[in-house]
This record gives sequence, structure tokens and C-alpha cells, in this order.
Amino acid sequence: MTATALTADMVDARKVARRHTRFILGRVGIYVALVVWAFVSLFPIYWTITTTMKVAKDVQLGHMVPWVDFTPSWLGWRDLGLSPDTIGTTSTVRNEFVLRFTNSVVMGVGASLLAVLIGSLAAYGLSRFQYKFLWMRNRDISFFFLSQLILPPVVLALPFLVLYKELALLDTHFGLTMLYTLTVLPIVIWIMKDQFDTIPTELDEAAQVDGLGPWGTFFRIILPIALPGMVAAFILSLILCWNEYFFAALLTSTDAKTLPVLVASQTGSQGINWWTMAAVSTAAIAPLVVIGVILERYIVKGLTAGSVK
Amino acid sequence: MANTASVDGHMIEGQTARVPTRRRTTGRVLIWLGIAIFAIVLLLQTLSAAGVVALGFENWRPTLYAYGVFSVLLCTGIVLSRGERGWRALFILPAALFTVAMAIFPTLFGLSIAFTDWNLASATGQKFNGIDNLVQLVHDPFYLNALLNMIFYVCAVLFEYAIAFCLALLLNAEIKARKFWRVTFLLPFMLSPVAVSWMVGKSMLETRFGPIPRFVRWVGVQSPSFFGDPIWAKLWIEAMDAWVSIPFVMILLLAGLQALPKEVQEAAKVDGAGAWQGFWQITFPLMLPVSVTAIVIRMIFKLKLADIVINVTSGGPGGATDTVSSFIYREYRDRSNVGYGTMLAMVYLVIIAVLVTVFLNFVSKRMQRMT
Repeated sequence: MTATALTADMVDARKVARRHTRFILGRVGIYVALVVWAFVSLFPIYWTITTTMKVAKDVQLGHMVPWVDFTPSWLGWRDLGLSPDTIGTTSTVRNEFVLRFTNSVVMGVGASLLAVLIGSLAAYGLSRFQYKFLWMRNRDISFFFLSQLILPPVVLALPFLVLYKELALLDTHFGLTMLYTLTVLPIVIWIMKDQFDTIPTELDEAAQVDGLGPWGTFFRIILPIALPGMVAAFILSLILCWNEYFFAALLTSTDAKTLPVLVASQTGSQGINWWTMAAVSTAAIAPLVVIGVILERYIVKGLTAGSVK
Repeated sequence: MANTASVDGHMIEGQTARVPTRRRTTGRVLIWLGIAIFAIVLLLQTLSAAGVVALGFENWRPTLYAYGVFSVLLCTGIVLSRGERGWRALFILPAALFTVAMAIFPTLFGLSIAFTDWNLASATGQKFNGIDNLVQLVHDPFYLNALLNMIFYVCAVLFEYAIAFCLALLLNAEIKARKFWRVTFLLPFMLSPVAVSWMVGKSMLETRFGPIPRFVRWVGVQSPSFFGDPIWAKLWIEAMDAWVSIPFVMILLLAGLQALPKEVQEAAKVDGAGAWQGFWQITFPLMLPVSVTAIVIRMIFKLKLADIVINVTSGGPGGATDTVSSFIYREYRDRSNVGYGTMLAMVYLVIIAVLVTVFLNFVSKRMQRMT
């Protein structure tokens, strides 16, 4: 009898131990997987940043760890005119780079602001009022806006090329900003409609009792509440505009050229200077990496709007 | 109240009646004035362009300005003539006017040039050529090839989805420093495809001294081929695109997992053999709606894939990596063939619209049957 009790105890203990081992193994497995994917996510970025500091020999020998198997130098940044010793001097490359950088910022911010403005208005209207235009009701109007998402850029690219030529808008900031607004508008409407739908209509009613019209209600009561959503929509738009290449490559030549076009034009040239290209790429992605790290909350908010109920 | 106050039908008669007749007339006059201004400018410009009258317009900007004036007058007119209803309409009018001008009109205009032999390089200008472009399209092996490639790329979304689901599950497990991992995993999504083209496609995959070929050689594969072999080239393009976009799918799925009811999450956290079954029997079915949303959005974006292909392979080797967008891009860049290129794009749009509609219908029917 004691023997059976003993064995039962032992079996129990063994079971617990086995479960414990399995748990530990599970933990280890999870962290190994996390580290592996973090490596996959980060290595290309690490590679690019370190390549800015490699001389030709280090690139060819495949050296990877600065200070350990190669001595970092400011090579790539010097070519861009952004290294400590060249930052004070005049540099045509840097001027060109800064110009493209500014173009990207101006057009990205401009288009995102415009899209968030008119997109939020439309989303609020669609969320609160019943419209009827010809045969179209709210559902159809929402579909009309959102269906623009399906439209591939290539369908609009050639017509816009011809139209902008006739309108003398080719290679202008205004033209590209309008086009970028168009590409992000459906996404903004989607995110904002989701936002406004979560705000109780009782607030609107209370505001109307207080004598506010629809616009007063929108600006004084609803807007402050929906602000985080607007920030999310703005940031997501900014990312998309900043990274946009297709339209910029077709519709700009000198004045309104953006950063992605500059990066792409460098890759085509023969005898690439690895370190220079790496520096250009790093500078092009750096703002977004910073934004991604600091404002991750808003990006996630923007991405998940409307998809999870 | 705001939600129910109907703008259509008889319910608003009281509101309309409150708008004074004079204001209403002024409003209507303004709207018609806007239409008239736009129509007249458009007519004058058309006549001038056709060479009937010489007005010496340098470009079509006046028509653009006229559209702007028309938009402002229309908005003012509607607010004046409809009162409360007008104010409400004013919320969607800017976006609607903008979309009509920037998407609907250019698409229709594109349709009109799709049936011409317009080549920007030729001096003769455009000429209507009926269905010639369509005939040429049907016999264009490269276009067909690009369409077939798109099938591969779109199907690859399912693999992206599988990886993204694993990552979402990882991030949803009880782990330390969750935010750090999430930010890390999200980072590739932020990067511009053009920069990624260089960082991965040109630099890390450089056959002589890129880290990936070096690693593959170290593993033991002699003279590995990356963008020389059609299948590998396609896979590498897909891998780069997946690298950029998996975080997006992952974030959607993670949000879905976190929105699951608490009991389900607890049940799913059983370790061992039960976990695998629990996942397929509980978590996965519950995640279907989010999954479908994520996959559909991802497919729509995948259909626009172009940047990476243009910058890494220009469609090569032998069109193996070509997407429809990159093919049309080259059709214009190399041959300035606006007419034919637009026809290719229009046909692509029709195919996409039909397929997306069919797919959504199919999915919604399946979903209804399951729930």
C-alpha cells in the first residue's frame, strides 16, 4: 500500500517535472523565435548603417562588426557632406540631398494634412448623417471613397502624365501633393469613420441642445475627442507619402523630385560607391525609423482601425 | 437625434421651409453661376485647343481654376439654399469634389486615351485606333506573363499571412518587453521599398560580397544564383516585399488576438498538445474575420507591387519578376507608349475589380455559412 502511494507520488512528481520542462522549453522556444525574427527585422538596417562606414576593402571582405573586424570611417557621410569634418563646408551633394529631403517633407506633410482635413470631414458626415445623392446613400458613398483603394497607381499614372503636362503641373510640388492626397484619402476616411463611429452620438445631441450647429459640434466637441485618431491617420499617411515612388518617378524630373527618386537614381549608376549609397539609404529611412520607434502606438492604432470589432 | 434626422424625403420639410426664399434663390443662382463659369471656360479652352478660335491659352490651367471656382460656388450655394441640410452636405462635398476631379475624371480620361495610338515620342499626336490596342494586348506575351506573375505574388500573400500569424501569436504570448519586440517587428513596415531595394536587393544580395550569398556559400552551395534564375529571382522579390509588409498583417492579427474574449485567451494558453488543438479549434476560427480583412487588404496592396521590381530587376530575368505595374512603367519609360500602356492598365483595373468583387462575395457567403 505504501509502495503504491509512493509510486503514485513519484508519477505525480515526474508529471509535474515533465510539465515544468515542457514549460521551460516552450519559454525558450518563444524567446528563440523572437530573437530570430528580430534579427531578420533588424539585420538589413544594421547592415546598411554599418556599410556607410566601410571602405572598399571592408565591403569586399564582408566585414560586419565595427571596431572588431573593421575600423569605421565617415566615408559614406563624407560623400554626402554630412560627416563631422565636412558639415561646415559647402557641398553640392548635400544641397541636392537636402533639397530632395525637404521636398519629401513638404509634400508628405502637405498631402497628409489635406487628406486628414477633408477626410475627417467626410468621415464625420458619413458617420453621423444620412445622405442621399441621386441613387447613392451612405453605404454607396462610403464605397465610392473606399473603392479608390483598389485603383492601382498605374491606372492613374499615364492619364496624369498627360493631364499634368497640359495643366503645366508636371514636376511641381502642388501637382504631386494633390496626387498624394488622393492616394491616402481612402485610408484616412476609413480610419476616421471608425473613430467617429466609436464616439457616442449622445455627445452630438447634447451639443445640439446647447445650440451648436453641425459644424460647431464637430469642431468644439467631437474633434478634440477624435484627435488621437487623426494623429494616427496623419502618421500613416505621412509614411505612405514619404515612401511613395511610382508617381514621383513618372511625374517629377528636377524641381519636385523626392527622396525615393534620388535613392533610386543612385542605384542605377555604374560603379556604385557602396558607402555613399548606404549613407543615402540610411538618411532616407532614418526619419521613419525614429517616427516608428517614438509613435508606434499611433501607427498601430491607425493600422488596426476598422479591422477589429 | 443626429443619427436619425433624415435628410431625405419629407422629414426635413420643416427645415427647408425655414430657409428664406431669398436666400434659397441666391443659393441656386450661385450654383448655376458656378456651373456656367466652369462650362464656359471649358468650352473656350476646348475650342481654342481644337483651333477653332485663337485665344492664346498657354495651358489648361484656366479650366482647373474654373473647377476651383465652381467648387466654392457650389458649396456656398448649397449651404445658402438648403440651410441645415446644406451644412451637413458640406462635410462630404470637399472630399467628393476632390475625388471626382482627381480619380474619376482621370480614369475616364484614361479610358479615352486607351483607345488611341498615342505615343509621346511621335510627332503626329494621338489618333483613335479602335480596338487595335486590345488586339495587340491579347497577343502580347509579356503582358500575359506579367499577369501570371501577379498570380504568384498574390498567392504568396498566404505565406506572408502564415508567418504574420506566428509572429502575432508570439507577441501575444506572455513575454517580457513586449513593446520592444513589437516595435522591432514593426520597423520594416516603415521603410521605403526603394531603400529596401537597395539595402537588400542590391547590397545584401550582391553575388560576390553580399552577406546572404556569402552565407549560402558558407553553407555549401557553390555559385548560388539569385537574380539570374527565374524562380529564385521571383522568390527573392517576394521575400523583400514580404519583409516590408508582414508587420502590417502581423499588427492586424495581433489586434484581433487581443480583442478575443478573455476565456478564449486563457483556453488557448494551455501548454503542450492541447495548445495545438486549441489553436485550430478555437483561436483560428474566431480569427477568421480579421484574417480575411488582413488578407484582402494585403492582396489589394500586393496588386500594386512595382517599386521593388523596378529598382532591383527591372522585370528580369526575361520578365520572370515582372509585375503588371512595372511592365506598364517600362512600356512608358522605354517606349513612351501612352495609348497602349493606358489600355494595359485599364484592362488590369477591370480584372482586379472583377476578381476582388468575386472574391469578396465568395468570402462573405462562406463566412455566413460558417457562423
